[in-house]
Order: sequence, then C-alpha cells, then structure tokens
Amino acid sequence: MMYDVIVIGGGPGGLAAAISAHENGAHVLLIEREARLGGMLKQCIHDGFGLARFGERLAGPEYVERFIDRLEELGIEAHTQTFVTRVEKTPAGFAVVTVSRDGVARCDTRTLVLATGCRERTAKQVFIHGTRPAGVFTAGTAQHFTNLLGELPTRRCVILGSGDIGLIMARRLTLEGAEVLGVYEAKPTPSGLTRNIHQCLHDYNIPLHLSHTVTRVFGADRLTGVEVAEVDETMRPIPGTEQRIDCDALIVSVGLIPENELAESLGVPLDGHTRGPVCDGQLMTEVPGIFSCGNALHVNDLVDYVSASGELAGKSAAHFAAHTRDEVALTISDDFGYLVPQRLDRTEDNSGVTLYFRSAAVLGPCRVVLTIDGKEVWSRRYPFLRPPEMQQLTLDFDKLGIAHARDAHFTIEVAEA
Amino acid sequence: MKISALNRKLHRAFGGRVTAALADGCIVLRGELDCWDDVVRAGQMAATKYATCHVVNDITFTGGKDAPMRVPALQDDALDGQAPDVLIIGGGISGVSIARELTRQKLDILVVDKECDLALGASGRNDGEVHPGIDLGRGSVKHKYIRRGNAMYDQICKELDVPFRRVGQYVCFQHSWLRPAVWGYCMWRKYHDGIADTELISGRELLRREPNFNPKTRFAISNPDSGCVCPYGLTIAYAENAVQNGARIALNTAVLGMDVADGKITAVHTNRGTLHPALVINAAGVFAEDVARMADDRFFSIHPRRGTNSILDRKAGAFMHSIASVKGNDMVSKTHSKGGGILHTVHDNLLIGPDAVETYEKENTATYPESIAHVFSKQKVTMPALTERDIITYFTGVRAPTFEEDFIIERGRRTHNLIHVAGIQSPGLTTAPAVAEDVADMAVRILARERPVAINPDFDPHRPGIPVLREMDDATRAEYIAKNPDYGVIVCRCEEISRGEILDALRSNVCVPTVDGVKKRVRPGMGRCQGGFCSPQVVRIIAEYLGVPLSAVRKSSADAPITFGPTKSGEVQA
Repeated sequence: MMYDVIVIGGGPGGLAAAISAHENGAHVLLIEREARLGGMLKQCIHDGFGLARFGERLAGPEYVERFIDRLEELGIEAHTQTFVTRVEKTPAGFAVVTVSRDGVARCDTRTLVLATGCRERTAKQVFIHGTRPAGVFTAGTAQHFTNLLGELPTRRCVILGSGDIGLIMARRLTLEGAEVLGVYEAKPTPSGLTRNIHQCLHDYNIPLHLSHTVTRVFGADRLTGVEVAEVDETMRPIPGTEQRIDCDALIVSVGLIPENELAESLGVPLDGHTRGPVCDGQLMTEVPGIFSCGNALHVNDLVDYVSASGELAGKSAAHFAAHTRDEVALTISDDFGYLVPQRLDRTEDNSGVTLYFRSAAVLGPCRVVLTIDGKEVWSRRYPFLRPPEMQQLTLDFDKLGIAHARDAHFTIEVAEA
Repeated sequence: MKISALNRKLHRAFGGRVTAALADGCIVLRGELDCWDDVVRAGQMAATKYATCHVVNDITFTGGKDAPMRVPALQDDALDGQAPDVLIIGGGISGVSIARELTRQKLDILVVDKECDLALGASGRNDGEVHPGIDLGRGSVKHKYIRRGNAMYDQICKELDVPFRRVGQYVCFQHSWLRPAVWGYCMWRKYHDGIADTELISGRELLRREPNFNPKTRFAISNPDSGCVCPYGLTIAYAENAVQNGARIALNTAVLGMDVADGKITAVHTNRGTLHPALVINAAGVFAEDVARMADDRFFSIHPRRGTNSILDRKAGAFMHSIASVKGNDMVSKTHSKGGGILHTVHDNLLIGPDAVETYEKENTATYPESIAHVFSKQKVTMPALTERDIITYFTGVRAPTFEEDFIIERGRRTHNLIHVAGIQSPGLTTAPAVAEDVADMAVRILARERPVAINPDFDPHRPGIPVLREMDDATRAEYIAKNPDYGVIVCRCEEISRGEILDALRSNVCVPTVDGVKKRVRPGMGRCQGGFCSPQVVRIIAEYLGVPLSAVRKSSADAPITFGPTKSGEVQA
C-alpha cells in the first residue's frame, strides 16, 4: 500500500495537515500514538482557542473536535494507539514502521508530515537540585492528572515559570481548591501571554515573582517544600536571598522543546533557535519529501497558527514533486529569537509566504526590516515586541525580488529613546 | 604504626582533641571534633592499609547531626516469631546475591530491607561499571575478589537475563612524559597484581576507537575486560532468581534491635515482629556499622561518602561507547573511590560522574549544583563534546567505606552466628558474584555445624527477564504482540515501553507496584521527558492492576502519594 502522505501526529497540526493533504487530492494516512486524536488539546479544557480561526472562544477539546469531525467526514484513514518505531528511506519515498495492538506494520509513502508536537522541559533540565520526592510535576503532567484523570495533584503548590501552561494551571488548580502560593519566573518579564497573566493570576490574587527561581526541593517521600531565590541579570541565584516555602508540589512550566527525534533519525537538520527543522516557504525540511508543522516546527503561542502550518505542510506534501531546489536563506539579526521559515526555495511560488518570528528580548517601538542584497526592500513598525508573543506576517517575496537575490536578511531597528 | 606514634600524630593535627586507644583488637578513636572532614582525616591517619585491626570511630561530632535512620511507617507482626535459617539484612547487590547463592541449598532464607524496593542504597545509585581492578593492589579483600567477580559477569548476566556489555575502559593521558611511569605502573599491575587485560595504547589508536575523545590524548591505559551493567537491574534479577528458588524478601522491614547472649544473636527486632534466625548476614551498606553495634560485634566504622552522577540523553550516547576514567598525575590516588568518568550504559545513555564528598549524612541523597559542575569540568578534558545541555537527570548515592577503604567479609569476631559483608563500595558491584559464592559457603559451613544442610535439587539458575520489545527485530516483536497485544501499546514514548512490559513488571515475583518500582524494572519515565507524558498512564495502569483508586498509587514509599483524590469536577475521562 503506497500513500501519498503519511502524517505522524494526530494533534491540531497533524489533523490540519491530514485534512489539507486529502483536500489537495492526496491519499493520506494519519498515525497517532495515543488512544484518541487531539494531542495536547484533549487536556486543555479552558477556553480561548480558535479566536483567530473561528472567531469563537472554544475549549481545547471543542476546537480539535471540529477537525476530528472533518477528518471522519472525509473518510481519512487514521490509526490511533499506533506508534512509529522508525522511518526508513526508500527509492519511492519512505517506509514508516509502526507497532500497535495489531502487531508490526510497514507503510510506504511518498511524503511525510512530521506533526510530533513538543515536550516540556523538566525540573532537572533547569537544574533544580535537592531530593527526588513525589510532587514535582511539569505543568502538562499536572494538567493531565487534573483534567483527564480527574485527580488533584496538589493541595498547596509553587509554580516555577510563567509559561502559558503554568499560568493556566495556576488558575485551574485554584478553581479545584488547591492553594497556589505563587508563580516564580527567573526572567525579569513574564513568559506567558499578557492576557493569561491577567486572567489566570491577577484575577485570582496569585502573586507573580519575577527574577526569582526555585533552586532546591525538599522531602524524602512527598515534597515538603521548595527553596526559592532571587536571581541576578544572568539568571543565577543571588546567595543570601534563599527562602524556604512549605508546600506539597512544585509545578514547572519552564519551556517546551519541539520533539524531533524522528526527524533527526532521518537526517533532517534542525534550527538551533527553534529546535525544529529548517524549512522552506512550503514547510519542507532540508530532506526532500519531509515536511514539518505545528509545535514540532517551532513552539507556537496560539493553536490557530498550529493549524495554519499544518494546512500548509499538508497541502505542500500533497503537491510534492521531486525537483532540484534553488534555495536562499532568510537570515536574521541577533535581536530575533527566531524566524520560520529559515529558507525559501526559488523554484516555488513565494508570493504569499507566511513568516513567524519572535524577538529575543522585550523591545520598545521598533521596525522590522528586510534587506535583499544589502538594499532595504520592506519594513514594518511595531509598537513593541515581546518574546512570548509570536508575530506572524505574510510577504510577497516574488514581488520583493527574491528570484535573483544572493541574500535576504531581517533586522530589527529599535527606535531611539 | 604504634599507638603512641599515632597519638602523637593525632595530637599534632588536632591538638589533643582526638586520642586513639587499642581495644578488642581495634583502634578506637575518641574525642570531639566540629568539622566532619577532620573526623575523616583522623580516621584515615589511624587506618592501616589492608589491616585487620580496624578503626572504630567514637569521636563525638559536634558540627552537625545526621537524621535518624529512616524507618518505614508500616507496623505489623507479619514476620513475628519466624526463625529463618539465614536472615540477610540489606536488599542491595550484596544481600540478594548472597541470598541467591544460598538457595542452592535447602534453607529458609529471608532478606529484609527497610526501603520500599531493592537497591535503593548504593547498589542502585552507582554507574554500573564492572571494573577491571587496575587500581587495586594484591593484599586487599577487594583485590581478592575483583578478577574473579569480573570474570563471572558473562555467565551470571546470561543466567539472570540482564544486559551486560564488555565495552572496555580507558584512562587517558595528555602528557607523553608520563608514559614510562604509567607503563611501569601497568606492568606492575599486570604481572604482580594479575590485572591481565591491562595494556597501553597510543593516542592515535584510542581516537580510532573513540573519535570524540580529546585529540590531545597522547596515550591511554586500556582494560578491555571492563564492562557495564544496570546495577539495580542486576540486583532485582538476583532477588527474583532467589525468590524463584525459595528465598523470601520482606521490604519495608527495618531491623531495629537485637538480643545477643553468649556470643549469639537470639532475636532480631523489626517493625514487623521479632525474628529468631539461626544466622544473620550483615549486608546493610551505610548501616553495616549500626547492625554490627546491635549485634555487639562492632569492630569497624563506616564513613559515608557521597557521589553524584548525571544521566545524559541517549542522543549523547553516540559520542562514545566505552568507559573513560580520570586519573591524576600521581598514580596512587589520594581519594579512595574511583575518580569518576564517562560511561556508556547498557541502555545507551551516558553517565557522567560520580564525584566523592565525605559526609556524615548516611541517607542524604540530595544533589547539589557544585557536584555537576565539578564532574563536568573534569570529564570535558576526556571528551570535549560533553555538554550539560544533554543532562536529563542526576542522582546521588552514598558509599559505605571503612577507614581502611577495604571490604570486611568475615564472620563476627565476638558474635558467632553473624557474617559481615561490610565496607562495600566500588568495586562492590563487580565483586558481588564472587563474594556471594564465598559468603554462601561460609554460611553453609556455620549452619552445618548445627544440623545437616542439603542441596536444593530444584535450584534453577535461570531467571527469565521481562522481554524488551524495543530491541527485537520486527518479526519477533510481531510474534510477541500476537501473543499479547498489550506489547503493542506504547506507554512511554521516549523509551518505547509497552503496556505489556509494565504489566509484566507488576506480575514479577518481587512486585513493587509503585511508579519508581515499575520504572526501575522496565524503564517508563527513564527517558528525556522523565515521565512527563507517561507517568499519569503508569499510575493508571498500576491502579487498575491493583484495583485501587489513583490516589492510592505511590511514587516510592507509602509516604509518597502522587495525587490526593478526585477533583471537584471528578473524573473526566471514563
């Protein structure tokens, strides 16, 4: 059996990719390792999803249900509780080897869309020391216990990191009657969306301590407390500022890491900034026939963008034809956190390329400038840029003269005070 | 050294605050010190290499107080009145390997451990190296067992169905001028101490074998007999085989006291009742001195030494495939435990460490940032590609050395139905199979004086391990899934562990139905997400298996709940 497109991952990115590939005429298979489709949105029972796409405030499961319904309506083949153990390159494309209750299967495909999402950075990965008690959770794990298993993971906790899931969980646990003693953020600015700071912390009188971090945990069995400390500009704890807080859990929301182990096994080069694959305007990676989308490509702040990238990757995969690429890199100055896509293929249509970027730090009024071959060809003013808030823009690179360009470079000019 | 000379030396160092006296064939140190490093220094001054006259530390330490021994909350009389032939105190590698060797005889064997699982002391908190013994001289007990233990590994791991790889160990040197001295050292070890596999290889040869090692390496000591094993995996396998052959294991069982009369232990008090064993084996790790004291047979002291290891992502496992150890320029190391190194584990992670820090806290396994920084700065010299960014977790173990830095494997000196297996630290994992044989022989000889001991005709040396689906070829894997579809349901995505493997762990004969117990046996949660995705599912599988609510599932001990019961909104997913 030969598929045109195999989509790995049945979260919002993968669902959108599978639907779009099918709508563009491809024979599609969607593979999901969990028992149900929907990815992380299954456990995101708060609302606010889909504002950009549907103009409605949906809960996570409601948002993703629309895609699952569409998938079923179109009769797209989807294998759940099916785990990809490896992917091999074949003359015609790729062979995806999976295990499931039915055994070991091998499916051939012309193209692949990797919609493998991301994972959470753990407490140990941000170098929290001390004992190894029960009660140290990532925000997503705490959310899984609370929202999917209906179990309270804490009665009195401290949250480290002001990422969106951490903020959402601060509110969620408060609503469940747990005491959230505070949210601690090592950076001098919050990591989550401003609306979440207001709706999840301020509205519930949960204090946010910026430039503070958790350094140790205590407790031999269940966690009994944490040590927090103020940090300096380099985010190192300042000796003498340590303070012990008694609690029964530490919930960490300290960043997401795109999951690209499968991509790496296929030799797909990753971008050190996004930790996702280096892609072109069609979201094809450097390995022809492999596409990337959603949070595997880069960590998005809104699911609407995840769906959009899935749609593009699915469509591109459906129309994939092997060809020699003529690439030009989209380079960025140090003020950028990252820019996606990282390259453009000049043999493709680049008249409407959607770019996603984040600034590296909080910037005041500024101008994002594109120079091609040293000549400024485009710019846009921003009142401010904040790393938590991803920016999206669509440019007509064909009109901007990418066809004969040697280089295309983005810079951010911060206005003089 | 004469005791008067020792006292002069102690006087010079501590100004009369510590004195030594000979008593009952031991050097007893008394006095008062407020710095633990000084206590250790005093002990080391008094200790003589390979001596059977041990240092007993009775110095009052005023600079801190170790917490009392952690004792399980459990209180029952499940073991009350029992009279096993052999009571083994300690479910580490020493205790369970001895139990397994003893099951070759028809004996009632009981292993007790105060923790909720096996190998929760040093046995489960080390790097799993099977050492070659390159640093050990003839005359020590360690040396007596190292080559024999090392050589037994292929067979024992085959019998117990645990992975073992002889990957070889390298000690790298960056200065050519050291070569003659190191060559001399190696030849001495090879021909005098019988470390037969030792050889020197050139920097070029080393880099051919391990291309990511420091290109400045001029030469290296190579010990191809070195290997690696999963230390808690081996301990659990030994225990399961012992149970298969009739031994019993009581976890959450702490020895709290003993009655001793006429040189004989008559009763052993635990939180689960009083036992009357014919023979007691002291394999209590950092608490071996405390057990000896209870048995009125204290003739040595343990000074705990902490070491921290970091575990690196399996992706970093591709950097190297062997073991690299660090040695200072002086070949006779000042610190007595191994200097730490880089080790490619049987699960393809890298382990970096451990360091060695003297401590008075026997059970403090907390980690500290300095340990990681120290170890990495040292190990980056061997392999510059190492980065802290690849760390997925880290852990601390506490070694249990005597001041002589050697093992004590002998019958009690005053109490005669007692065997000590004490002072076990590196390379205690390597020596365990050999030590177990000898201690089992010793035990049988002691018991045989009282009554005949018969061979166990049903002894089966083979323990079937839990299948590792991830390592199978597609056809074999498909066969397993056909027989048990749960093998096809992946729960832990990072380590590719199936529901079937988790259920197998729960069905094993030393069942520890906790998240950590399952993790130690089949590895869900050992990968890069550290259980972020799979731990709720593992909790659920355990709860379903036991038929208990989710909030009854523990991470480790009874005092380590994971959740606190239903939320207000209750269970969302049926």
